[in-house]
Amino acid sequence: MNINFTPIMKYIPFILGGIVITLQVAVTGALFGSILGLLFGLSSRKKGITGRAVKLFVDFFRGTPIVFQLMFFHYGLPQITGWNPTVFTTAAIIFSLNSSAYLAEILRAGIESIDKGQIEAAVALGVKKSDISLHIIIPQAIRNVLPAIMNEFITLTKETSVISMIGGSDLVRRQSIVSGTTYHFFEPLIIVGVVYFLLNIVLSTIGKRIERKLNYD
Amino acid sequence: MIKLTDISKSFKEISVLRNVNVTFEDQKTYAIIGSSGAGKSTLLRCINLLETPTTGEVIYNETNLIKNPKEMNRIREKLGMVFQSFNLFAHMSALNNVTFALRKVKKLSKEEADKIAVLQLTKVGLQDRLNNYPHQLSGGEKQRVAIARALAMDPEVMLFDEPTSALDPEMTQEVLKVMKNLNHTGMTIIIVTHEIKFAKEVSDVIIYMDQGEIVEVTASAEFFSQPKTERARAFLANMI
Repeated sequence: MNINFTPIMKYIPFILGGIVITLQVAVTGALFGSILGLLFGLSSRKKGITGRAVKLFVDFFRGTPIVFQLMFFHYGLPQITGWNPTVFTTAAIIFSLNSSAYLAEILRAGIESIDKGQIEAAVALGVKKSDISLHIIIPQAIRNVLPAIMNEFITLTKETSVISMIGGSDLVRRQSIVSGTTYHFFEPLIIVGVVYFLLNIVLSTIGKRIERKLNYD
Repeated sequence: MIKLTDISKSFKEISVLRNVNVTFEDQKTYAIIGSSGAGKSTLLRCINLLETPTTGEVIYNETNLIKNPKEMNRIREKLGMVFQSFNLFAHMSALNNVTFALRKVKKLSKEEADKIAVLQLTKVGLQDRLNNYPHQLSGGEKQRVAIARALAMDPEVMLFDEPTSALDPEMTQEVLKVMKNLNHTGMTIIIVTHEIKFAKEVSDVIIYMDQGEIVEVTASAEFFSQPKTERARAFLANMI
């Protein structure tokens, strides 16, 4: 057994620098994914063309691997459109759309879990549809499915590691550069593993906090 | 005045209301009675268009509600409704259940809304329960919050859809007591109920329904002493 961190010490800051792009992509994906996911989740209640379009969208992003989606957007589409997005642009767009598809499904389940009587009561009081969505449906839907939402954010954070496939300079990419230079694999990988683990510990702690805060039982 | 003309309602192929005509006059109390499945609740829900009739017109004062869907939210403010299953907002305290529509529909400030809500909740005996959430309240208390929530909007009409059917006898009494206080306070009250004794006590007019039809509309005292129809007579005989 020959574990030796000394040769890679000077590369540690370089590896940790990958946290920046990991977090940028994860946060952008979570933010826009949530907004879009909420809109899609609400519109999946609608019948007709909007509902069907949303369903198709959700099925596409859930039905294909995210690596494919990244590659297709980054290498496939430019051949037709002539537009070459940066790695970050591709990653931000694909992770937002991808997580919006999962969140839409999660939130749809949350919305369906609310008893229709409350909505009827609000309608009978003369409350506008938008106020019913905003103040009756959404807060309760989010509360009911919060563990699933946090789960999606954790998955999202971990999955950002595939942006190394399109040249994103994230943790995994930097680890393989360092490994390639130093012929050490175990140590850089340990560092990457610990970073992801800690990131997600932080995330799930935040999730538990919010859960406790929203709990009125 | 609420006027329902030629109302029919079908769910898929099942016809629940058949050609119903009825007028509710201002400030009177109506009790809609009849066996389960007679269409009582559906008729009540057609008044504020929680159910849209398959055919027919719903006219509130001068407004045809079916032809003026844009007016509907304005009119619904004036039609308070209380449900069998309470339908309180589960994530809001008793106080906020009452203030919600005051703030969002009537656009009152928080202070004004709180003032009205405290007053209404005190009237139904829940001044000590303002900050409790629905799951911390008994069934009777929940229904009283629901009544306060409807009354806070200062409605012209109160619709009660079997308000005590989900309650045990003791809680039923506390809710009926609150409802009795509303009688002849200037509102039109329409109650769908299985509490025949209560219907007899509070209502001016009895509407007896059977199999999706209104069988008879009779002044309350007269209905119980000498119902006009054989069907009503049979119904009453079964009740006693």
